[in-house]
Amino acid sequence: MNRRGPVFLARRSYRMRRLRDGARLLPVAGTFLLLLPILWQPAATEARDTAFDGIYIFAVWAGLIIVAAILSRALGTGEEAEAPAGREDDEGLTP
Amino acid sequence: MPFNLLVLACLTYVAFLFAIAFAVERRAQAGAAGWLRSPWIYTLSLSIYCTAWTFYGAVGYAARSGLEFVTIYLGPTLMFIGWWWVLRKLVRIGRQQRVTSIADMISSRYGKSNLLGVIVTLICVVAATPYIALQLQSVTLSFGVFAAAGSYGWVMPDTASTGLWVASGLALFTILFGTRNLDANEQHTGIVIAIAVEAVVKLVALVAVGIFVVWFIADGPADIVTRINASPIADWELVPTRWAGLIALSATAVITLPRMFQVLVVENSDERNLATASWAFPLYLAAMSVFVVPIAVVGLQMLPAGANPDLFVLTVPLSVGQGGLAMLAFLGGFSSATSMVIVASIALATMVSNHIVMPVWLSLRPTREVTGDVRRLVLNARRFSIAGVLGLGYLYYSFSGGSASLASIGLISFVGVAQMMPAMLGGLFWRGATRVGAAAGLITGFVLWAYTLFLPSFGPDSVFSLSVLMDGPLGLSWLRPQALFGARGMDPLIHALFWSLVGNTTAFALGSLFSFPSPVERVQGLAFVNVFDTERSEPQAWDQGLIDTEELLKLAQRILGDEPALTFFQQATQEQGTDGYLPDPTPAFLEALERKLAGAVGAAAAHAMIAELAGRARVTVADLIRVADETAQIMENSSRLEHQRAELERTARQLREANEKLTQISIQKDAFLSQISHELRTPMTSIRAFSEILMEGDVPPEMAVTQARIIHEEAIRLTRLLDDLLDLSVLENGTVQLDLRLVSLTELIDRALRAAGQVRPDQTFVIWRDLPTEALFIRTDPDRLAQVFINLVSNARKYCDARQPEIRIAVKQRGARVIVDFIDNGSGIPKDKQHIIFEKFARLTDQTRAGGAGLGLAICREIMANLGGSITYLPAQGGAAFRVTLPLRLEKPKYSDAA
Repeated sequence: MNRRGPVFLARRSYRMRRLRDGARLLPVAGTFLLLLPILWQPAATEARDTAFDGIYIFAVWAGLIIVAAILSRALGTGEEAEAPAGREDDEGLTP
Repeated sequence: MPFNLLVLACLTYVAFLFAIAFAVERRAQAGAAGWLRSPWIYTLSLSIYCTAWTFYGAVGYAARSGLEFVTIYLGPTLMFIGWWWVLRKLVRIGRQQRVTSIADMISSRYGKSNLLGVIVTLICVVAATPYIALQLQSVTLSFGVFAAAGSYGWVMPDTASTGLWVASGLALFTILFGTRNLDANEQHTGIVIAIAVEAVVKLVALVAVGIFVVWFIADGPADIVTRINASPIADWELVPTRWAGLIALSATAVITLPRMFQVLVVENSDERNLATASWAFPLYLAAMSVFVVPIAVVGLQMLPAGANPDLFVLTVPLSVGQGGLAMLAFLGGFSSATSMVIVASIALATMVSNHIVMPVWLSLRPTREVTGDVRRLVLNARRFSIAGVLGLGYLYYSFSGGSASLASIGLISFVGVAQMMPAMLGGLFWRGATRVGAAAGLITGFVLWAYTLFLPSFGPDSVFSLSVLMDGPLGLSWLRPQALFGARGMDPLIHALFWSLVGNTTAFALGSLFSFPSPVERVQGLAFVNVFDTERSEPQAWDQGLIDTEELLKLAQRILGDEPALTFFQQATQEQGTDGYLPDPTPAFLEALERKLAGAVGAAAAHAMIAELAGRARVTVADLIRVADETAQIMENSSRLEHQRAELERTARQLREANEKLTQISIQKDAFLSQISHELRTPMTSIRAFSEILMEGDVPPEMAVTQARIIHEEAIRLTRLLDDLLDLSVLENGTVQLDLRLVSLTELIDRALRAAGQVRPDQTFVIWRDLPTEALFIRTDPDRLAQVFINLVSNARKYCDARQPEIRIAVKQRGARVIVDFIDNGSGIPKDKQHIIFEKFARLTDQTRAGGAGLGLAICREIMANLGGSITYLPAQGGAAFRVTLPLRLEKPKYSDAA
């Protein structure tokens, strides 16, 4: 869609858009980290370190939760910044 | 623990939940429950993802296959922290389209196609069956643990009848809970709260057992680490396909499971709640999972080798004599099972009634007119569906013998509901996805799932014979259910997931590429895919000219109930800037009404109903043009123009209406002036004539008496007319003195009926009243109110033209206001006259039938304004109907200082 707006955004809107990119990238990073144990498998046979595997998974899990919490706090629903700078978009919850 | 004590504990717990749900629904109705919409309640209600399968099964799963159990919770975690991709769009569409279930969502996306609704409903019902069986099995097993531990009290019945008792108890509980009312938006506040409470109970229970195991049986985390590495669990092998496949599968299931869709999308009361749930729900899942491995390890070490690991949560505390903790754990498991069954069966029942029962009913209906109360039908359909769904679950449970481990049963359901994913994701992101493609994909996936996973799950020689499983049907080895096309080395579950989704997606893509969507489909596709850009995309423009608003109101009353429908129509009229109950059938209004109806009966049925009333079931060429992208873009650019035009139009309509009213009043006033001079002159003439005769003096006495009486009667008539005029002017100026007293409404109505009985005394009227509802004491001016009632009843007696006239008086209390309806069964007041009847001097017929001057209703209106209430005409009630609204307690007269 070619929206008529300025080519470059104000600093605030720019930050908001990068935050949204971050929110989109987070599950990708999470998927990578959680699939990583597949690669360890051959090495895991010599020593018994299931507990370590478990700790790793729960640590990644906790990290994802913390980052998601920070991002969601900053994003809200993303409604405020949905419109490009300088133009009011009529996307809103009110009829 | 004695078995009877256990049953008592369960019943008490259920009663407690019921009380909470009831109290909260009460408060929500009173409007005092803002915290219900809080993100925490939303997150807790999402926790029905953790069923008894999580509560008992996860530990068993860990004991059997090590860390693999965690994939079931990692998938949803990824789905939720990635909410910006899918969930946000899903929730927005769900709210915008007033989606009632996942079947409704898919049917709505693909042109409100009921065929898809039916397919998705069937898939969901079949896929939910093993899952419900799993809950029954886990509750039954946990009963068994306690019954074995205690030897006194009742003897526990055998497992089959326990399962039956549990199933019927849950069915009863769900019907009581979930089908008391037909909510416009399918939201059930009471249930959401009960689920949230159960979520807390199960989390606390599992964490309590976990803490007990780690710090009281073992010596803290370090000891647990060494115990894990020393236990058989450390020998588990990570199977890469299962690890990745199960993460993907559970990520899919968390949005396609009907019960998850229900709490995630349908019960969502605020989009912002999703932002909090995006991290709080993964946190809940992590908290539920963190103690699973420790419990499994300690259970494997402490308990004898044959012990069922699915029950470690109960048996570990019991084996060290912690009866109280075990009881808490038991209630946690009970919570997990009940909350899942309640929400799942409500979600499935909604789908069955909206996509199967309603369409059948609509097509069986011979006439255009909507007859009967649809609400009752819908509610009964839901009740039967709930019982049916639980019955199926019980059958599966008794068929499969309750032998398989909990985890494997749950995964069968997961793969079943995952078949909805291609149609759903494709619908959200690809405008080219069509109904044909979606149907082809769903059917292909469902058949492959049933063939490779569901039917074999009953075991060899029950559905498939052993030879079919080993060598394929008719000896065709490449069709073996668990090794399709020679894929022999795969795990059966991953095999089924792989082939069903490959077949599903291929059929979906090919079907979409080679078919052409209908106009409605294309509009809906645009509305779904671009939900954040085109907030106002209008799926269909109904042809306004053909629609009779009164018919729409009748339809809406049948489905939404009288009061909500009237309120909705009244609001719409006010938004259009006019008064009354009949708005103009603008496209915006029709679409709002369709969505409102869709909330009660589903999108496809609502669309069909309005299409029928609009006299048109297919879409015209004009709509096709609207669909084209260019139009969408132009619409976007000219949205502001549109907005301004709409406002101008509204103003113009208001002006036009005011003008029309003024002209009519002016004509009436002229007519009245000539009439009032006529009314005044006729008695005057006879008074003058007869008094002249009397003055002559030579009249016989008996004739003089007659003439004097005529003079007297004419004078009284004049006085009455002048009294009315005076009364009206006093009321209009607000200088009236009100005599406020507490009075019984029944007595007032009695009085009005008695007084009005003198009007047309030859006519016999049937009066319908509901005395118990009338038993209200109101504080008002009884004489004035009686005057209004008398006027309304007399009018009904005067003008009701039915052969067997009836008057129905209905009283309702709405908070601090009382509503009294007077409805007769005559032909009512024509639509074009409805808004002038309350004007002064208004008369519908020219003949002065009962000698009134057309002031009665005008006086009534002024009286009601003085009493702090109102009087309005109710259209579409099958006759003339007037609604009097007044405060229950009128505090002090508004104009007391005047006088």
